[in-house]
Amino acid sequence: MAEAAIRGGCRAYFGYPITPQNELLEYMSAHMSKAGGVFIQAESEVAAINMCYGAAAAGVRTMTSSSSPGISLKLEGISYLAGADLPCVVVNVVRGGPGLGNIAPAQGDYFQATKGGGHGDYRMIVLGPATIPESVELVMLAFELADKYRGPVMVLADGMLGQMMEPVVLPDPVDPATLPAKTWALTGARGREPNIVTSFYLDPGELSAVDVKRQGRYRQIEEREVRYEEYQTADATVIIAAYGSVARIARTVIKMARSDGIKLGLLRPITLWPFPYAPLRALADRVDAILTVEMNAGQMLEDVRLAVAERTETPFYGELGGLVPSPRDILREVKRYAR
Amino acid sequence: MPASTENMVKVFGRPESLNEVQFSYCPGCHHGVITRIIAQTIDDLGIRDRTVLIAPVGCSVSMYQWFRCDGTQAAHGRACAVATGIKRVNPNLIVFTYQGDGDLAAIGTAESIHAANRGENITVIFINNQIYGMTGGQMAPTTLLGQWATSCPAGRDSGLTGYPLRFAEMVAQLDAPVYVTRQSLYDQKRIMATSRAVMKAFRYQIEGKGYSLVEVLTNCPTNWKMSPVEANRRLAEVVIETFPLGDLVDRG
Repeated sequence: MAEAAIRGGCRAYFGYPITPQNELLEYMSAHMSKAGGVFIQAESEVAAINMCYGAAAAGVRTMTSSSSPGISLKLEGISYLAGADLPCVVVNVVRGGPGLGNIAPAQGDYFQATKGGGHGDYRMIVLGPATIPESVELVMLAFELADKYRGPVMVLADGMLGQMMEPVVLPDPVDPATLPAKTWALTGARGREPNIVTSFYLDPGELSAVDVKRQGRYRQIEEREVRYEEYQTADATVIIAAYGSVARIARTVIKMARSDGIKLGLLRPITLWPFPYAPLRALADRVDAILTVEMNAGQMLEDVRLAVAERTETPFYGELGGLVPSPRDILREVKRYAR
Repeated sequence: MPASTENMVKVFGRPESLNEVQFSYCPGCHHGVITRIIAQTIDDLGIRDRTVLIAPVGCSVSMYQWFRCDGTQAAHGRACAVATGIKRVNPNLIVFTYQGDGDLAAIGTAESIHAANRGENITVIFINNQIYGMTGGQMAPTTLLGQWATSCPAGRDSGLTGYPLRFAEMVAQLDAPVYVTRQSLYDQKRIMATSRAVMKAFRYQIEGKGYSLVEVLTNCPTNWKMSPVEANRRLAEVVIETFPLGDLVDRG
């Protein structure tokens, strides 16, 4: 993900050590200066996200990364980035929680990532990779989307992806010099009127106008940027809805189920916001159940139920505390709904 | 009969770096004086078109609307981290933060100390008026012992809330800062000394020397419940006993 960020044109990384994503920070410390960029190990996650705010305001592609407790600290900054319309990529390698929790893989930050987390009426594009090659692809995409829609974008991975090795073909790097100029950036008011980057509008009418405009961009994102994968859904009578590492496990379950004669398929949201409500709804009309599987107590489940609107059964299976669901346990749940 | 302005010569005007707008400060407050000093310094150094200011949370939150240079507004206490991000990705810019005692020395202590310790090549203007102004006069980390504030109605008690924090002294014991000074604005002599200090701090940044902190002891007539004259007298006679004036570090 670190190399993908550099290839995605990131030239300013700020981070603070936290397991299980220290390799990312360490890679940046060794490689960012070679790419002509800036690396700082900040005094805190709070400082790191605010350094990102500064670099983003100055017009440079910037990123920070952390894991769950650290992301909680960054939420203030994420809200300010959203409020000031600043592009920034935030990687969350999710671990067990709440509190200090543990350092095992988990998906307990889905609500925090997709429903706000920080204060105020903002949205954030959230991308959920399931493999290392996809992590590379989505980190690079995150920089494009952040610039295009001018806001923070989160890559929501988990401790399993954070500690995994897989072969990957790295895409060609983006040359930051070829990116469209950011005419709004703070570069010094030479030969132009001063630029201001702020989230502060004392007058309610003024703030409302800014908020309404931003909400318009969010509607555009919902129309254009929904990404998901369907796997063996054509003839399926039961669907697993899962994202990230759990979606990988679901593929194993599908193989096992189909050898038992159960027509099982997978819908894997790739964008967790904007969420693929429409494709899920379409599936709901023709299957017996959509089983949501997560490494939490049922968070994405709420979006699945919103999409399905009681058109079919929507059971849930989850593991907590950093435990990873086993294919056998998931299959047992599937069998309860397969006719 | 009003006097004709026809034959009058303009001998004193608004610095080029300021817009034709009214500050939102209270009458008699020193914020306006130091804001003007900064603008005049930017004019004198010819750096308006490469200066970026970082406004704090507090009475100066909309400062970027007054200056004719690029500007942003940072979350409460985070100005030095934002300044770090801007300066590191574009070292040609002249970056300064303007922060009060609550912003710099309470909620932003970590960001402020670590930017100083890294020797970021930025200028920090620290307005120490010993009170939270914008929120209506609560106790600040710099509030004097015995001083009344809305959140210490019996006066600041060291047993409950500790002692006035001497931030300039804290920064001065670090190896990286090139210039750390405490100035004030209670009379003309002090205003001139503060102007020289601000000029030196910006000049060091232009020369690439590193981090500067100019702490400015200021009044807050509104929340001190004093007239501006009484407030200035208090600064000169009482406040400087706790916060001595002068240069603490000058490695330029």
